[in-house]
Amino acid sequence: MAELTPDAHDGRTLDAVTLAKDFPLLSREVHGRTITYLDSAASSQRPTMVLDAMREYDETTHANVHRGVYTIAEEATRRFEAARTNVGRFIGAPTPSREVLFTKNATEALNLVAHSWGRSNLERGDVVVLTEMEHHANIVPWHILAAERGIELRWLPVDDDGQLVLDDLDTVLDGARLLAVTCMSNVLGTLNPVTELATRAHAAGALVVADACQSVPHLPTDVGALGVDLLAFSAHKMLGPTGIGVLWGREELLESMPPFLGGGEMILDVRKDGFTPNDIPWRFEAGTPPITEAIGLGAAVDYLRAVGMDAVRAHEITLTRYALDTLADRFGSDIRIYGPPAAEDRGGVLSFAFRDVHPHDISQILDEYGVCVRAGHHCAKPLMRRLGVNATARASFALYNDERDVDTLVDALDAAGKFFG
Amino acid sequence: MPGLEDLYREIILDHYRSPRNRGELESPPAVRVEGFNPLCGDEIVVTIDVDGGVLADIKIAGTGCSISQSSASLMSAAVKGKSLAEVRGLIGTFKQMMSIHGSTLPSDGADGGAAEAAEPEAIDIDALGELAALQGVVKFPVRIKCATLSWNTLTQGLDEAGVPA
Repeated sequence: MAELTPDAHDGRTLDAVTLAKDFPLLSREVHGRTITYLDSAASSQRPTMVLDAMREYDETTHANVHRGVYTIAEEATRRFEAARTNVGRFIGAPTPSREVLFTKNATEALNLVAHSWGRSNLERGDVVVLTEMEHHANIVPWHILAAERGIELRWLPVDDDGQLVLDDLDTVLDGARLLAVTCMSNVLGTLNPVTELATRAHAAGALVVADACQSVPHLPTDVGALGVDLLAFSAHKMLGPTGIGVLWGREELLESMPPFLGGGEMILDVRKDGFTPNDIPWRFEAGTPPITEAIGLGAAVDYLRAVGMDAVRAHEITLTRYALDTLADRFGSDIRIYGPPAAEDRGGVLSFAFRDVHPHDISQILDEYGVCVRAGHHCAKPLMRRLGVNATARASFALYNDERDVDTLVDALDAAGKFFG
Repeated sequence: MPGLEDLYREIILDHYRSPRNRGELESPPAVRVEGFNPLCGDEIVVTIDVDGGVLADIKIAGTGCSISQSSASLMSAAVKGKSLAEVRGLIGTFKQMMSIHGSTLPSDGADGGAAEAAEPEAIDIDALGELAALQGVVKFPVRIKCATLSWNTLTQGLDEAGVPA
């Protein structure tokens, strides 16, 4: 999608075999075979550079941030805030030091939007537009608000190729206050036309919150080009640690939003008769934040930047095309791959049905071959119902995967087919 | 490390490929209960006819993996026509076989853990008959919920039918 890749390719390429050596876990064995990790859409592996950065911080610098006046506390604060700025620049934030909020994960980031912006802006009858391909994290917070204050949820449908149906977009957006949309489906890999959606949502007077969990790790992201108002993503899907997520928001929008959680760090003053909230971004970061994790996320961003997001995207298109072609050649009508048929229209996420073998059973047999794939509903049950299935098996790629991983997947699938003959 | 043959015994694959007692009884008079596995989205529908202290008939519908489907099929064959007290007892024994505790979980390089899990004390494996084929599931903790889904759903059905626990 042009909207998600605004910059021309800088010509860099990546060598996945070389990069994989940076990831210690990828050399371990499972059931006597070298692991084939194809579940990066659930959580990616971490390079030594990230692990070392976290350890180095813990061993030399750790103290609580924004509190002490002693040397290491100042260093910790400086490094924590530098990570924030680094992450903001990575996604093209105009004012990175004020617009990047650290949360527990992307789920908390989306809940923050619903609780802070939603509760202070939405009243009975107000409309929030979702899509059928949203992750539960971008559905349930809005369901909670619907139950609590009677807002109306409208849904953009998905067609048989896994693309959003936009024929009635302006009707659906009419009177809406917010559009909540994923940049890239975690099930189908579909890359949504976020820039177009944001333009039309804004024309209808609605704000846009984007779930970028699957897109930020795999293709260049520029919040300005996307045109969204809020953007959520998670460190552990982009080579970083668990325990930290990000909400980016336009500066003036964040300034207008009330606090989410209350406690230390998020206040300027607390009296017996009330409190004065802190400035952004700290207003939204009650309590001690995930400091070591922020250092790790910063290192993950450095790693991705060094490889080059254009190169990551180009590599994953090539690998996805190889996987689509190889699976179709080998299994023909025995396999059904959901989502857009062309690799250029999707990320490196392949959900599939294989003969009539249940995804749990596929995943179990694949594990015997050291192949890690996800089986289940992928926290997207409305989409599963749209596809008419309870569950799918899902293989997903990252920059450290290559054609051999696809070949191993194909061989293991063949074995699963024979096993359940 | 447990092997696939521990999980996918021949009896299990047979019941998966040729499930017994498939379908739904007319409800009412049958009691109809739905069960869900939130992890994988599997759904099961159990309908039972309780008559004169006996589980007179049972049918199973729904979709799921080989373990959940075969467990449901094996269960239906095992409980059909049994007294309600026997059915409750069998459920208890099966759930016991499926319960794991830390010491019996297979750990790195320790084959003994799995062997212990296969023969826990105080469980009458013989009483389980073909159901004993499912005991290998405990070595795959993620799959235990697949195996117990139909049994928990049957328990709910018995409760709704007013059968004493």
